[in-house]
Amino acid sequence: MAYPKDYKYTKEHEWIQVKGNSATVGITDHAQESLGDIVFVELPKVGAQVEAGKSFGTVESVKAVSELYAPASGKVVAINESLNQGPEAVNQDAHAAWMIKLELTNPSQADALMSADDYEKYVAEEK
Amino acid sequence: MSNKDIKKATHHVNQNEGLIFERSSPGKKGYRLAPLDVPEVDYAKALGSSARADLGNMPEVSEMEIIRHFTRLSTWNYAIDLGMYPLGSCTMKYNARVNEYVARFPGLANAHPYQPAEVSQGAMRVMKTLSDCLLDITGMDAITLQPAAGAHGEMTGILLMHAYLQSRGNPRKKILIPDSAHGTNPATAAICGYAVENLKSNSRGMVDVSALAAQMNEDVAGLMLTNPNTLGIFEQEIHKIAEILHQKGGLLYMDGANMNALVGKTRPGDFGVDVMHLNLHKTFSTPHGGGGPGSGPVACKKILEPFLPKPVIVEKADGTLAFDYDRPKSVGRVRMFYGNFGMHVRALAYTLANGPDGLRQTTEDAVLNANYIRKKLEGDYTLPYQSPSMHEVVFSDSIQEQKGVKTGDIAKRLIDYGFHPYTVSFPLVVHGAIMIEPTESESLEELDLLVDAMKSIAREAEEDPEFVRNAPHTTRVKRLDETAAARKPILRWKPASAKSAGD
Repeated sequence: MAYPKDYKYTKEHEWIQVKGNSATVGITDHAQESLGDIVFVELPKVGAQVEAGKSFGTVESVKAVSELYAPASGKVVAINESLNQGPEAVNQDAHAAWMIKLELTNPSQADALMSADDYEKYVAEEK
Repeated sequence: MSNKDIKKATHHVNQNEGLIFERSSPGKKGYRLAPLDVPEVDYAKALGSSARADLGNMPEVSEMEIIRHFTRLSTWNYAIDLGMYPLGSCTMKYNARVNEYVARFPGLANAHPYQPAEVSQGAMRVMKTLSDCLLDITGMDAITLQPAAGAHGEMTGILLMHAYLQSRGNPRKKILIPDSAHGTNPATAAICGYAVENLKSNSRGMVDVSALAAQMNEDVAGLMLTNPNTLGIFEQEIHKIAEILHQKGGLLYMDGANMNALVGKTRPGDFGVDVMHLNLHKTFSTPHGGGGPGSGPVACKKILEPFLPKPVIVEKADGTLAFDYDRPKSVGRVRMFYGNFGMHVRALAYTLANGPDGLRQTTEDAVLNANYIRKKLEGDYTLPYQSPSMHEVVFSDSIQEQKGVKTGDIAKRLIDYGFHPYTVSFPLVVHGAIMIEPTESESLEELDLLVDAMKSIAREAEEDPEFVRNAPHTTRVKRLDETAAARKPILRWKPASAKSAGD
């Protein structure tokens, strides 16, 4: 699956799409593929503060529970409630099944993350 | 592809068994009571609003039906007495009958925890002798037998570290945990109030000593390390690891899950460990699985002794034993009474029946068996780390994955061959991990059966991957939908009518 060019990527396999002061966050296709069938996504409450590099939730697959790391700091303004009932959406299309929306503390923070091309190289090396 | 290659015996009972509710028919009884010989009481009056006319869906069956139901179910169990459990990092060794024989001595089996120390000297001697043996084996200074299992032992050990550091003025904030650790290690650190910091392994599958040196500082309470680690690899720089921690005032915790590779060969107390737990249900052959119960003694160095859970057993001048409750610095009690005493009896029976030479031989055989499997299966399965194996060996499914067959599929196919699956997808640092620990209990013949089965599955994965992906084929129920079970669990049975009437 192609990695959207307008997203930025973390080494922990999250993507972030920044638009002005706000951002949308999810996990990458590579992440969902290595996790296997996802059965549960635990997200923070709306209004919570998340900090770049720190855990903001967990994702549970039939294999393991993994932490979700925030690509940037900010306040949670929305969470994808539909993942409660249908976590399989992440397996079906990880780049569309967003997890949280943030109001960013510092919108330029995400600039330092990997581009789609860099991330693709990073994943290839990790394999 | 067929099942003709399967050499192991499988159960002769192969009927399916419904739920006990489904056997129920109205009015059927499993009892006949004698006529009432006391005045009848109006239960509605006696119980008031607590009286229930509707008892819900209680199954109505005869005595024989219920006996057969549960006896049949009991034959579905897989047990160490039926076959091999190659589960890595679990040390599923044989539970020798001598352990059970000794545990049934009336004086031990019927001892009451409230009976006074004067009439409990035998039971207390068992605990004292076991304590002394375990201290000898680990090279530590003091021990508590209270913790009920491994993770409970971890928690007790970290509480000791916390209490010790607190007594020196600062309990510190973080605990370092290698990426190959058991999941219970970070859970323990977190529940004891510490932040967890991940420590990456090097290319040989060991702690990266320079990374440790860089991460170690005065905020770090200590490192939780399994040795040999979960890749079955001995941490060759363990002395250096301990030194780095000690130089900055930190402590080294050792998870003793893999002690079966060390007993009689080397002692954690001698290679710098400050506190550790043992799993009697692994290394010391007490029952493991099915509720055990487990037992997780914690051994420590002198500096941590004042903080041990109380009471501790002490020997008085006249040679009798007593419980010492006067331990002002103790972290307190971590378990009712004295821990799972029945397991102390079994572990002591195992230890004394083997003796020092026997225990050393046990370790050597466990390591030999794991390396036999490694040598035989190398080539059929990928070996992600080349470092020498101790008592367990970790392969990966990377050859089979090219055909779409993953470690979980191979494990399910292994069930068809009459074995319990190996450990799947752990340790997490190996993609598609296949982790095998044969223990010293298994004979060469049994090891060869496992090797043949694994080789045969590797062939099947090559020639007919679909067949392996759909395993197991010989069990009562075929491949279960684990994902649906996790996403939409059905947690209780409902009668057909209630199902349609309700949701």
